[in-house]
Amino acid sequence: MARRPFVEIDRVAMRYGGAEGTLALQGCSLDVAEGEFVAVVGPSGCGKSTLMRLVSGLWPASQGGVVVAGEEVNGPIPLVGMAFQNPTLLPWRNILDNVMLPLEVVPAHRKRLSAERKQYEAKAEALLKLVGLEGFGQKQPHQLSGGMQQRTSMCRALIHEPPLLMLDEPFSALDVFTREDLWAVLQDVWLARKPTVILVTHDLREAVYLADRVLVMSARPGRIIAERHIDIPRPRRIETTYDGAFNAVVAELRGLIHQARTGETVDA
Amino acid sequence: MPEIEADRAAVLIARARRRQTLQRWLPWIVIGAAFLVWELAVVVFGVSPFILPAPTAVLQAAVKWWKPLMQDSLVTLGTTLIGFGMAIVFGLALGVAIGSSSMVYRGLYPLLIAFNSIPKVAVVPVLIVWFGIGMWPAVITAFLISFFPIVVNVATGIATVEPELRDVLRALGARPLDIIRKVGIPRAMPYFFASLKIAITVAFVGSIIAESVAPNAGIGRLMMVASSRFDVPLVFAGLIVTGIMGVALYWIAEWIERRTTGWATRGQEGFQPGG
Repeated sequence: MARRPFVEIDRVAMRYGGAEGTLALQGCSLDVAEGEFVAVVGPSGCGKSTLMRLVSGLWPASQGGVVVAGEEVNGPIPLVGMAFQNPTLLPWRNILDNVMLPLEVVPAHRKRLSAERKQYEAKAEALLKLVGLEGFGQKQPHQLSGGMQQRTSMCRALIHEPPLLMLDEPFSALDVFTREDLWAVLQDVWLARKPTVILVTHDLREAVYLADRVLVMSARPGRIIAERHIDIPRPRRIETTYDGAFNAVVAELRGLIHQARTGETVDA
Repeated sequence: MPEIEADRAAVLIARARRRQTLQRWLPWIVIGAAFLVWELAVVVFGVSPFILPAPTAVLQAAVKWWKPLMQDSLVTLGTTLIGFGMAIVFGLALGVAIGSSSMVYRGLYPLLIAFNSIPKVAVVPVLIVWFGIGMWPAVITAFLISFFPIVVNVATGIATVEPELRDVLRALGARPLDIIRKVGIPRAMPYFFASLKIAITVAFVGSIIAESVAPNAGIGRLMMVASSRFDVPLVFAGLIVTGIMGVALYWIAEWIERRTTGWATRGQEGFQPGG
């Protein structure tokens, strides 16, 4: 256990729009071990998405530091795969080409792509099969349902085998049944490949079902105010989410978030 | 029951097919009807051919002068297409630059708008001073008038790329040039083709303006000469030929658009995605 955490976020602050701007994060610290699945929950507008962007290096932090895989994050790092609330597929590419987009960009793959196209295509097909989209590679995005597009988006986040997966409310635009399906898919993917995952969500059942550890953020400016280890054995089943012990954890987290939303401001 | 349903389906399909046929012929029916109304109005109200010649008179003039009409419209078509081609190259390049860099946008946009507000008729004399009488003033007027819609549309297409999409690529370590190539330009293509349809029609306006201000060659000169001889039917023949060329090029632009950016027009009637 003496190993260094894979992601270290050390007292970061993030302020938008100059000195008088909105303070989205302050004194926010958290560590994520390699291969761990962490969910971050919190009231809306607490800076969850900001945290994602800081970790993936899209934005620089105003204060504090982010270290991923032992290196300070100063700009976008290619070891991250991201998925967002919207599938953000490219409508002019078919599903297979959408999934393969990262390979055309990530330095390690782009040079080999044209020479080893067949192998890469096989890899993309295998991923599509894993999420239940076998045989859909030649379809255009608009021919697929919202849930299938979101699956595609997940494949795109995984294709370059990033050791760190950042998921920013990836299921929140979907209906309940599709969402639960995709929880199971995501759990399978995670169990098969064991990437480090940071999932931002406002769905507490989702967080508890998927994560090893749930972190609760305060209202803006956001920081981590509580954490809860989830020791339900894996693979977890959707039925688990309806039993008493599971719901007790959800209720406990709900209480923490309620506190964060309404409680008196906590001094930094 | 199944037979009845099959009959119903057959009736529905036949109805849909009739509707499609009608839609295909509708433009021609409308044009034919318009000419008919025009002809009748001229005859019934006894309008002088100096004011408004009947379509038959216009047709007669066109047949009589078919050779100069043909030559001059080919000249105009040529100058328009050269100017239009320059507008595509320059407009695409500038549109990409303005759309992808806020520095270029802030620096150039006000100037572009000011430039576009200048009536191009006023520029033609300057062009003649610079390039002399010949085809170049017409080519450059067509270019000047048609590049603006291309620049604005391409820039809009690139500048409105969804931030998440940009983040997906940036998080992968994409360079700005990658983002423009993989996302910006493909996304701007529907905007680009929409602008081509505007640009090609105004390019005609440009070359004909130049040809009328500095009558050297082309359909603009033909119309100036005809009107100075009070040959109003020939003027109208020139106008109609110009209109036909405009529609033809518009169709070509639309055809290319549908072949290349079908993903953006999916779900429109009569268009099947995939292909």
